[in-house]
Amino acid sequence: MIRVAVVGAAGYIGGELLRLLIGHPEVEVAAAVSSRFPGKRVDGVHPNLRSATDLLFCSADEVDECDTVFLATPHRAAMTQIHRWIGQAKQVIDLTGDFRLDDTEVYQRYYGTAHAAPHLLGDFVPGIPELHRESLRSADLISVPGCMAVAGVLALYPLVARDLVEPMAQFDARTGSSGSGATAGEANLHATRSGAMRVFAPTGHRHEAEISRHLGIPARMTATGVEAVRGVQTICHVTLRPGADRSAVRGAFREQYRDEPFVRLVAHQRGAFRYPEPKILLGSNFCDVGYAVDEAAGRMVTIAALDNLMKGGAGNAVQCLNIRMGWPEALGLSFPGLHPV
Amino acid sequence: MTTPMQTCPECEDEVRISQAARLNEIVECAGCRNELEVVALNPTVLALAPEVEEDWGE
Ligand SMILES: [Zn+2]
Repeated sequence: MIRVAVVGAAGYIGGELLRLLIGHPEVEVAAAVSSRFPGKRVDGVHPNLRSATDLLFCSADEVDECDTVFLATPHRAAMTQIHRWIGQAKQVIDLTGDFRLDDTEVYQRYYGTAHAAPHLLGDFVPGIPELHRESLRSADLISVPGCMAVAGVLALYPLVARDLVEPMAQFDARTGSSGSGATAGEANLHATRSGAMRVFAPTGHRHEAEISRHLGIPARMTATGVEAVRGVQTICHVTLRPGADRSAVRGAFREQYRDEPFVRLVAHQRGAFRYPEPKILLGSNFCDVGYAVDEAAGRMVTIAALDNLMKGGAGNAVQCLNIRMGWPEALGLSFPGLHPV
Repeated sequence: MTTPMQTCPECEDEVRISQAARLNEIVECAGCRNELEVVALNPTVLALAPEVEEDWGE
């Protein structure tokens, strides 16, 4: 058993971390840190955890030494607290945006502020098991990517790695409202969001910088908030390189993800769910990836879907923990999702 | 004799065929979920069975 602390435990990602870690057979949740609710019951904020835990939120100062700390604070809080947590735990798994980029200038451009711990940027291993599994086995600093970035990277990596597409990707991403966090704001009002297809980032979304970093090609992304609480879907348009055809594309995806426990190929020609659909992934750690090739036009589309709080956040973080600890990679992550829902 | 593994004519995935497969039997490909018809035996030949296309607001 290891002892873990979740910092920022009252947020949506924090709640999912608690749900997964409380149910994890090798983990004891030692502390749930919240600056807003110290002393309050965890299941008062996360009612799905009733009878699963009697834990109370605590302040950061009350945390004893533990093995692993998960940071699910708002962006910018992690980089200002990072030295405290590095001194207190063997591993830090950060789920904020603070250590996702490895270039201070790019960070400043996308986040609008100078980085508070630039010397640590290169020390974090990206929490993408499908690309960095070997490094994660010994990583003590892990940065879990953004939800739309994970989807975008997994949807395109097999093609970029094999030089099958031209080096420019256009993403159209859709997301549910939980991606905006658990704090109120005009844009999060039910009256604003319900029924809307709200284009909130036509250019310059932060996850576009992450996708570019991991794929090594320029990526552009539009982000739209849709009528859902959870779920992300990215559709990516790319141009095929001369000679690249449907068979090569199919082979690339099959070879890349044959042994991946949480990436499934979904490119069906029959049934109601032919391409990746976030709705059936809610609560699960899967990223479904599909594609369609237009050989005559020399172009193709890739589609990815995931639960933004799971493979796009807490689930991916627990998968990284399992790899780091040498446990079975799917430990505590076996929930297959719901249907119908 | 039918061979137990065939290749899907649509997606090139491997399709398992029963040893007792008969002519015109329909099997489902796990890769693309197309229905495939056994159109010949000895050797086995699979062909795509047609389906109605979806049309939403086109
Ligand atoms: Zn097939």
